[in-house]
Amino acid sequence: MVFEKLAEMIANKLDCPIEDITLETKLADLGMDSLDIAELLMDIGDEFNVEIEVSPDLVLVSDLVAKIEELK
Amino acid sequence: MNRVVVTGMGCVSPIGNTVDEFAHAIVEGKNGIDRITRFDVSDYKHTLAAEVKNFDPAARLDKNAIRKSDLFTIYALYAADEAVEMSGIIGNIDPEELGVYVGSGIGGFSTMCTEHENLLKSGARRVSPQFIPKMIGNIAAGNVAIRYSAKGPCIAHQTACATSGTSIGEAYRAIMVGAAEAIICGGSEATILPLAVAGFGNCQALSAATDPNAASIPFDKRRGGFIMGEGAAMLVLEEYEHAKNRGAEILAEVVGYGTTCDAHHITAPDPTAGQVARAIKLAMKGLDVPADKIYYNAHGTGTKLNDATETAALKLVFGDCAKDISISSTKSMTGHMLGAAGAIEAIASILTLRSGIIPPTINLLEPDEECDLNYTPNQAVNKQVDLALSNSLGFGGHNVCLAFKRV
Repeated sequence: MVFEKLAEMIANKLDCPIEDITLETKLADLGMDSLDIAELLMDIGDEFNVEIEVSPDLVLVSDLVAKIEELK
Repeated sequence: MNRVVVTGMGCVSPIGNTVDEFAHAIVEGKNGIDRITRFDVSDYKHTLAAEVKNFDPAARLDKNAIRKSDLFTIYALYAADEAVEMSGIIGNIDPEELGVYVGSGIGGFSTMCTEHENLLKSGARRVSPQFIPKMIGNIAAGNVAIRYSAKGPCIAHQTACATSGTSIGEAYRAIMVGAAEAIICGGSEATILPLAVAGFGNCQALSAATDPNAASIPFDKRRGGFIMGEGAAMLVLEEYEHAKNRGAEILAEVVGYGTTCDAHHITAPDPTAGQVARAIKLAMKGLDVPADKIYYNAHGTGTKLNDATETAALKLVFGDCAKDISISSTKSMTGHMLGAAGAIEAIASILTLRSGIIPPTINLLEPDEECDLNYTPNQAVNKQVDLALSNSLGFGGHNVCLAFKRV
């Protein structure tokens, strides 16, 4: 459920096909830089009511899903 | 000193989003002004603007660049792309010898407004991390440099409404002394926004006219301020031998640049016109061209003081011969493109040198005794000139004059 919602958010943000986003996708491969990721974390905060700090450990989509599930 | 030539031009403007479209529009006397559509102006005293129309950024830019940029950067990237494409410079220059001098009168005004609203509505933690790099006035220059891997000097000059005149003049000087072999230079602006219209309006700069054909009327007795425009305009300036050796088409030569300051008042020009005149004289230093062979593209904003001051400056420089100069104001058609005005008008000047057609000052119906020179009213005139001067003045007292010739 978290992954599906997150994939939808990323696809809307980047205006890319949702199929491009899997758990193993690297955020950088989607063209996201550190500022994009910081902005996505704000959207995640609004959507899931969790505050995730920017961190170099957030590399894959699955890293975000794990963080959200941990803090939810 | 190196000679400096123009090998590319590009624009996004209220009367055309390519140089070719713009060239036709200025000769036809197309008016780009209409009621503001970007926001509801029902409660505004100033309701007109010259908006960019039918603009499709995706025609030249990828979606990431569009998503992450303020409109002023999008305009700059788009215009730069046309200029760079026309010049054929990419792949034919050492990236370290390619510079970018792209300024903006203000910068990311829209982004500033949006994020301020965000702050008030949702708190500090919800201000976008993109805010600062999207808004700062030099970021159009930075983005143009990234796009073309231009690793030479990258500078965003800011002299209000003279900004892109300054960019071109300083690029000319830089190439003259060998600081770069080519420079993408110009300016961009995107401020047709509630806060900007209210601000410019309340500082008495804007015309409150509601008829688009009686609003931006430089040199006309009825004039009462400028109409805000927007867009971007870029030139590729290049060292002459470099351009010649790679077989580039040379559109014109930059032959002079004068820049001075009134040091008089933050918004009003010095009515003695002494420093505007000196900028023109500096731009014409060493050039011996009779007045009847000169085209003067005026700053010509349509404010009472500007147009009278510019007229007085021309009389100081040329005396009685001032009446022989062909003058016009592109702003009668484009409105005032602020930080992009100097560069779009440099393009108009170069087009005029090349076409032998003087573009008109449209909607100039009522002569003013303070403005009694030849402003090419209403209709384009066939006349071959040998020198084009493009003048720009900015809040802060900045005076800039550029001089161009055919090669």
